[in-house]
Amino acid sequence: MKRYLLTRVGQALVVLWAAYTATFLILNLLPSNPVALRLSGANVQIQDLTPAQLAQIEAQYGLNKPVIEQYFSMLWNALHLNFGQSTSLSLPVSTVLAQRLPTTATLAAFAVVFMLILGFGVAYLAAWVQWRPAKIVLSRVPAIGVSVPSFWVGLLLIQVFSFDLGWFPSTGSNGLSSYVLPAVSMALPAGAVLAQVLTSSFEKVLREPYIATAKAKGLSRATIQFRHALRNAALPTLTLLGLLIATAVTGAVIAETVFSISGVGRLAQQAVLSQDVPVVQAIVLVAAVLFVTVNLIVDLLYPLLDPRIAYIPKVV
Amino acid sequence: MTVNLDNRPAHDLVPAREGSAGAGLAGRLWAAARPVARRPGMLLAGLFVLFVVAAAFVPNLFASADPDATNGPDKLQPPSAAHWFGTDELGRDLYSRIIHGSALTIEGTLIAVGLAAAGGLLIGVVAGFFGRWIDAVLMRAVDVVLAVPPLLLALTIVTALGFGTVPTALAVGIGITPGFARTTRAEVLKVKTLPYVEAARTGGASRLRILIRHVLPNSWGPVLVLAILDSGTAILVISSLSFLGFGAPPPAADWGGLISDGSDYLITSPYLSLLPGLFVVAVVFSINHLARSIEELQR
Repeated sequence: MKRYLLTRVGQALVVLWAAYTATFLILNLLPSNPVALRLSGANVQIQDLTPAQLAQIEAQYGLNKPVIEQYFSMLWNALHLNFGQSTSLSLPVSTVLAQRLPTTATLAAFAVVFMLILGFGVAYLAAWVQWRPAKIVLSRVPAIGVSVPSFWVGLLLIQVFSFDLGWFPSTGSNGLSSYVLPAVSMALPAGAVLAQVLTSSFEKVLREPYIATAKAKGLSRATIQFRHALRNAALPTLTLLGLLIATAVTGAVIAETVFSISGVGRLAQQAVLSQDVPVVQAIVLVAAVLFVTVNLIVDLLYPLLDPRIAYIPKVV
Repeated sequence: MTVNLDNRPAHDLVPAREGSAGAGLAGRLWAAARPVARRPGMLLAGLFVLFVVAAAFVPNLFASADPDATNGPDKLQPPSAAHWFGTDELGRDLYSRIIHGSALTIEGTLIAVGLAAAGGLLIGVVAGFFGRWIDAVLMRAVDVVLAVPPLLLALTIVTALGFGTVPTALAVGIGITPGFARTTRAEVLKVKTLPYVEAARTGGASRLRILIRHVLPNSWGPVLVLAILDSGTAILVISSLSFLGFGAPPPAADWGGLISDGSDYLITSPYLSLLPGLFVVAVVFSINHLARSIEELQR
């Protein structure tokens, strides 16, 4: 058990390191001039500079050193939560992130909760209702949900719930009510996938012999579905959970842009627009940490929730 | 073992497809068309996708109005017989702009899915067929790409490559490559152990021949479904990226750009962003439905 834990944590760390390295490679080795990238972040054209100025800027960002050396110094700094200086905001990246993370964390928490409610709610209802037309509609609705662009959902929600009904604010992050609409738009794509997987999982589980046994001993449908089917149907969704949470949370980039919320997502959008390399790299790292951690937790929980799965495969 | 009927080398005896013998041409056509005819939804979805793809290549055939022609007096008109989807803030015909915009979006989608399918197929086949350390190295690389959330991976690549239709398409393509690699690998691993591959090996076929003649043709079915399914995903991500402002520069506008432009007029003219969005939903939904129907037919 202890050994399994250590190996899994070690693997997670290796994946994180590799993801950081991959983003470094993409941002520094693709056919783009790193100096020009950073200058365009600060709104300066490279042609306007004298070679001396250029050399000075290269030295300022440490770009005159060999790539390998740059990589190790950046990695070392990133391990100490120092992500360098933002080129467009002229502030340390860690300061900007610390300012903006709480907003996005709240939004993300809302989104994940909505995603779970949406996914489980629709699938549970689809398995529960017996009137055929309703059943068909409920099991087809998620297919529409995965086809809908989340930014468009955001605009639709603003149109209906802010402008027409006036229930929620359309922009900003004042009070919890302003998180509702963006969180719903973030939750929808992932929630729809969750609902699809759960619906087919319910269909399978409800045909299992132990459901027939439960019926035979006279349990009500409600008890059977809640006590016997739900937990077994939910198991296959666990492996997807990491990906779904990541999808919902990265939806913040779009939702915060649509709803003008100044969180990390909006920061990401602006950083890409102004080609602010340090900020982009830091945000990707934060997201990868979240993603890897969620997957790690799911992996560690899995054997607890499903005793049929052992930590270490037994060799016969 | 019976007689070798048509003088082909023994290792090329691929299992015969069901129902191909007997019936005449008309019968065979009907046999092929019947499963499709039984699914009106699939037919409708297919026709709509066909319409959009055709519109991407010859937009003038489907929309006569010039997408960039401004018309001051007619600005911000709601949908009418003259302007099916209304007009935007410069009086440009929105329907025409959507049809012409599909050229950019569909081009991006084809680049993205083409890159992902080609790259993923190559990685998957090599990893699955050769196994050992090649497999280990390739699959770990795929795991790393999968450890970065897709949207952020795309943002990283766009930061490095710059903006426009092709960079965003490449970014999306790289993001969906791992899925293709994994699907292909799983399929190759399955096909590799089937009796006819073993028979071919016993018959003395070289590894390359087995790979190209037996393993590849029998493992691309699920990859095809994935390619169709991922076209839908690619359209959504490409639209998202151009909505965020990383797509084609104005006045050209793909679907995401149109929705973004329209969102400035959400209070007075909601149709400007809602109608292009509805169009995207219809396209992606049709593609998903098509992919699922094909998957059902293959079973």
